[in-house]
Amino acid sequence: MGDFDYKIIINNLPFLWDGLLLSLKLFCIALVGGIFFGTLLALARLSSWRVLSYTSAGFVNLIRSIPFILAIFWFYFLTPMLVGKITGQQGEAVGPFTSAIVAFIMVESAYYSEIIRAGIQSVPRGQPWAAYALGMNYWQAMGHIVLPQAFRNMLPIMLTQAIILFQDTSLVYVVGLKDFLGAASKAGQISGRIVELYIFVALVFLIICFGASRLVKYLQARMDAGRV
Amino acid sequence: MEWKFFLEQAPSGGMTYLGWLGSGVMWTLLVSICAWVIAFSLGSILGILRTTPLKWLNRGATVYVEIFRNIPLLVQMFLWYFVMPEILPTSMGDWLKQTYPNLITLPFAQFSLWEFTAAVMCLGLYTASRVAEQVRSGIQSLPKGQTNAGLAMGFTLPQVYRYVILPMAYRLIIPPMTSEFLTIFKNSSTALTIGVLELTAQARQINEYTFQTFPTFAAVTIIYVVITLTVVMAMRLLEKRVAVPGFVSQGGH
Repeated sequence: MGDFDYKIIINNLPFLWDGLLLSLKLFCIALVGGIFFGTLLALARLSSWRVLSYTSAGFVNLIRSIPFILAIFWFYFLTPMLVGKITGQQGEAVGPFTSAIVAFIMVESAYYSEIIRAGIQSVPRGQPWAAYALGMNYWQAMGHIVLPQAFRNMLPIMLTQAIILFQDTSLVYVVGLKDFLGAASKAGQISGRIVELYIFVALVFLIICFGASRLVKYLQARMDAGRV
Repeated sequence: MEWKFFLEQAPSGGMTYLGWLGSGVMWTLLVSICAWVIAFSLGSILGILRTTPLKWLNRGATVYVEIFRNIPLLVQMFLWYFVMPEILPTSMGDWLKQTYPNLITLPFAQFSLWEFTAAVMCLGLYTASRVAEQVRSGIQSLPKGQTNAGLAMGFTLPQVYRYVILPMAYRLIIPPMTSEFLTIFKNSSTALTIGVLELTAQARQINEYTFQTFPTFAAVTIIYVVITLTVVMAMRLLEKRVAVPGFVSQGGH
């Protein structure tokens, strides 16, 4: 441990920074996409139309019972095939980043839909009824009355899930992307100093995620205080 | 869809591709179960400590949970596998890298005891932090009156935990514990990054050799789903069997 070489980290900082940016980009896209499609899945799940509700439940339960890495592999192979089918061009070049984005949006929408479903169910039934009584249609009642209250209730859980999602971005390592961990791994192989680089990666994740989880706790305490 | 290729001879291990899948299932289960033993026992101790008035132990358990929760599992996997042998004293590191892997030859495996051990330790210690949170919240969800009543009856604090709190708390946390076990079961696929040929790794390997992407991944997905369903149903049965009459747990799961 005495020969911990700080210089190797400093020398590789620009490279690692690019990796961290890629992780953050993936995180943001997956978060927005996951919450958007997760909301749709949750609404479908709660729909009175059986076909819709069973399809949504089936998809969510299927995704939730396989490993994240297996889902990444699935979409790594499926995305280029599907894109080729849609554009009509075989062998269309779809990079691993695009496949990873598709995989992350799919998996996260399944996880978020469960959170959002619970959030919607936490809103008293009288709220949508009152909205309908006022002449609102389904989308108006959901968009203006139910979802705003639901999102407020589930904000802490959604943020906690976001922290987990940020940690999960490191899994794209398995398809060879140079995210933060992938970049560190590459730099470690070139310089032969994996010890320093992996410890650095662990510390950066620890600081970001610990800080974020403190923030969530603070937010939750404030929200609880506001609820009398 | 063509499924017959599963019965063809695979390039190594003297097995068919179906045999590869089988050994993948075996290693996934072995890694998960061994890691679960660590996660459950250590997680229970940490979770209980976090509810006790023992200030320093309580704080230590909190630090453990925060550290292991806030570093991605894959990074932890690399820390155990690549970094640990390097930062140990040289003689111990060398022993880990050279002697230890050859202590036992693992059956149906193209990896050594060291990969297996690193994966089990990593998954076990990581999940312990999550189990600890479940145990803590299970204990804290019990009415305070139970502890007070126990103490008023003349029980010591350890006795209150042993005879009053824990029997109730562990019944309450069967559903979240089931999902923690399923998490460890799914997370065991991260062991493929350090060379453990568990189920997902076998899927990737079979796909590389046969290019039968769809049937291979479909088969593996079905296996994961079937094992998940089996565990869920077994735990529901267990929950029913151990339920205390009259004590309704919050919300039907």
